[in-house]
Amino acid sequence: MPDATALELIRQELGDAVLDTSFFRERATLEVSPQSIRAVLAHLRVKGYAHMASLHGVDYYPHEPRLGVLYELLDMSRVDRISVKLRVPSDAPEVDSVTPDSAEHGGWPTANFQEREVFDMFGVVFRGHPDLRRILMPEDYEGHPQRRDFPIGGEPVIFTYNESPILEGAE
Amino acid sequence: MSASPPTSEYRRREQSITLSPLGEQLEQSHDEQQTSQELLTLNFGPHHPATHGVLRLLVTLRGEIVHDIKPIVGYVHTGIEKTAEDKSYWKVIPVIERMDYLAYHFNSLAYIGAVETLAEVVVPTRAEYLRVIHMELNRIMSHLVWLGTSALDLGAISMFWYCFREREQINDLFEMSTGQRMHTRYFQIGGVAEDVPVGWTEKLRGFVKRMPSSLDQYGDLLNSNEIVLQRLRGTCALDAETLLSLGVTGPLLRAAGNPWDLRKAAPYSCYGDFDFKIPVGTVGDNYDRFAVRMAEMYESVKIIDQALEGLPEGPYITTDRKVALPPRHELATSMEALIHHFKLVTEGLRVPPGEAYYPIEGPRGELGCFVRSDGSSKPARVHMRDPSFVNLQAFSRMAEGSYIADMIATLAMLDPILGGIDR
Repeated sequence: MPDATALELIRQELGDAVLDTSFFRERATLEVSPQSIRAVLAHLRVKGYAHMASLHGVDYYPHEPRLGVLYELLDMSRVDRISVKLRVPSDAPEVDSVTPDSAEHGGWPTANFQEREVFDMFGVVFRGHPDLRRILMPEDYEGHPQRRDFPIGGEPVIFTYNESPILEGAE
Repeated sequence: MSASPPTSEYRRREQSITLSPLGEQLEQSHDEQQTSQELLTLNFGPHHPATHGVLRLLVTLRGEIVHDIKPIVGYVHTGIEKTAEDKSYWKVIPVIERMDYLAYHFNSLAYIGAVETLAEVVVPTRAEYLRVIHMELNRIMSHLVWLGTSALDLGAISMFWYCFREREQINDLFEMSTGQRMHTRYFQIGGVAEDVPVGWTEKLRGFVKRMPSSLDQYGDLLNSNEIVLQRLRGTCALDAETLLSLGVTGPLLRAAGNPWDLRKAAPYSCYGDFDFKIPVGTVGDNYDRFAVRMAEMYESVKIIDQALEGLPEGPYITTDRKVALPPRHELATSMEALIHHFKLVTEGLRVPPGEAYYPIEGPRGELGCFVRSDGSSKPARVHMRDPSFVNLQAFSRMAEGSYIADMIATLAMLDPILGGIDR
């Protein structure tokens, strides 16, 4: 992890793109504006954080902007990690995809499935993603189940004994 | 045919039929096929023994050559990440173990590590050693299932029985120390659930002594087996740079020559105490993937041996009563113990608000767990970065341009666990 000072230095290099930094339990996080995500990741790649270990979504319900996307970057030669976070409002959950282009042209092909998962579970739309479809839920599913206001167990489970009443009720 | 004249009208007509135009037609269509090279889309799975689970592949073929693969997943999605948000921290452990069902100790350590980071829990050394022993046994077990099923895909059925014979011994050890053969819920926040029983270390020593010779036997059966070598060597290689850009870690990356292993690079738990090697391959073909995993099992045995020799005395779980349950005998004499027990069981432990990402080296690569706490006794978000899910993205690149039979072998060497992919 870069220490707190190094994190502030990175913030200065990136300028207005960084909205906030946090250093908590040895974990350095840059909170950036959604428009600048591709530029920020490109800058961090030049600084050595060239491997994207993980990309995942978070729902900060009831706070707005509500939906968060986290990018866990890793510098393999210095064994150093940094996470980049952006937040988008739930009424316009859109952000540029980092998937297109090969690694030499500034893309992160590993984000493909993971952005699809965030889209599936949280409804964040990744602009420019080559194949933005649901990945884990069925294609005709409605709603984004990992959102905090999505009820757990809100859907009736169909067994053989209650199969017909539920299906008839739906018609 | 004899030259005798036809005896009936029917026989005369029969003789007049000539098949030569049909043969010309056949030859013509055969020539056309070779020039036009029709693409064939083949649906593979989800219920197929060679997919190692419920994985569905849409394979586009040009003749027998794989043109493109589109993996379709989600058939065993059970919403474990969503379920975890509705349970208190210690009740998440049993469900999260069921994600990658061959790496349950790894799943629980990734999650527990994230929670311990947030709550700043100090784990006793004996607990760390016991965790490492169980994880390395788990790694061997996972690799044995991989080896048995992969050999099955290559057409060798006896390897399956030999591998499962040793796997049973590991499961017996787990049953003795934790009470369960799989999904043991052994790792707890702050340590492990129980100390190992009397006689367990002796039993484990016997296993550690036997295992290298069993591994030698597997090697003897496979390493110079002409069929295995021809099926694996030089097939479906992919270089380390492409693998890294696709996010691939673990044995697949090491087979391509990149010695990245979190146990060495960023030692967590107590991996810094042990002396072991990281096996790497050279070209990253299927044979290297096979050889790296085989060599890893020897290293795991070495780690278990050292951990067993150096197993320190002391508590097996933290004595912080706000985190771990008090021992049973204290409940009869101490009011505080009773209160702590009641609070922990009914409400669970409260974790300070914050976010943590805890990566460990699972049997298939970087297994990271992201936990966000909002200060309550239930996690606000649990996400598992499962290596199978990310590694599957490289499958199409690996198998492009190879024969469909080599695609099956590559899928076996990829070692995807669908429970981990779909979560």
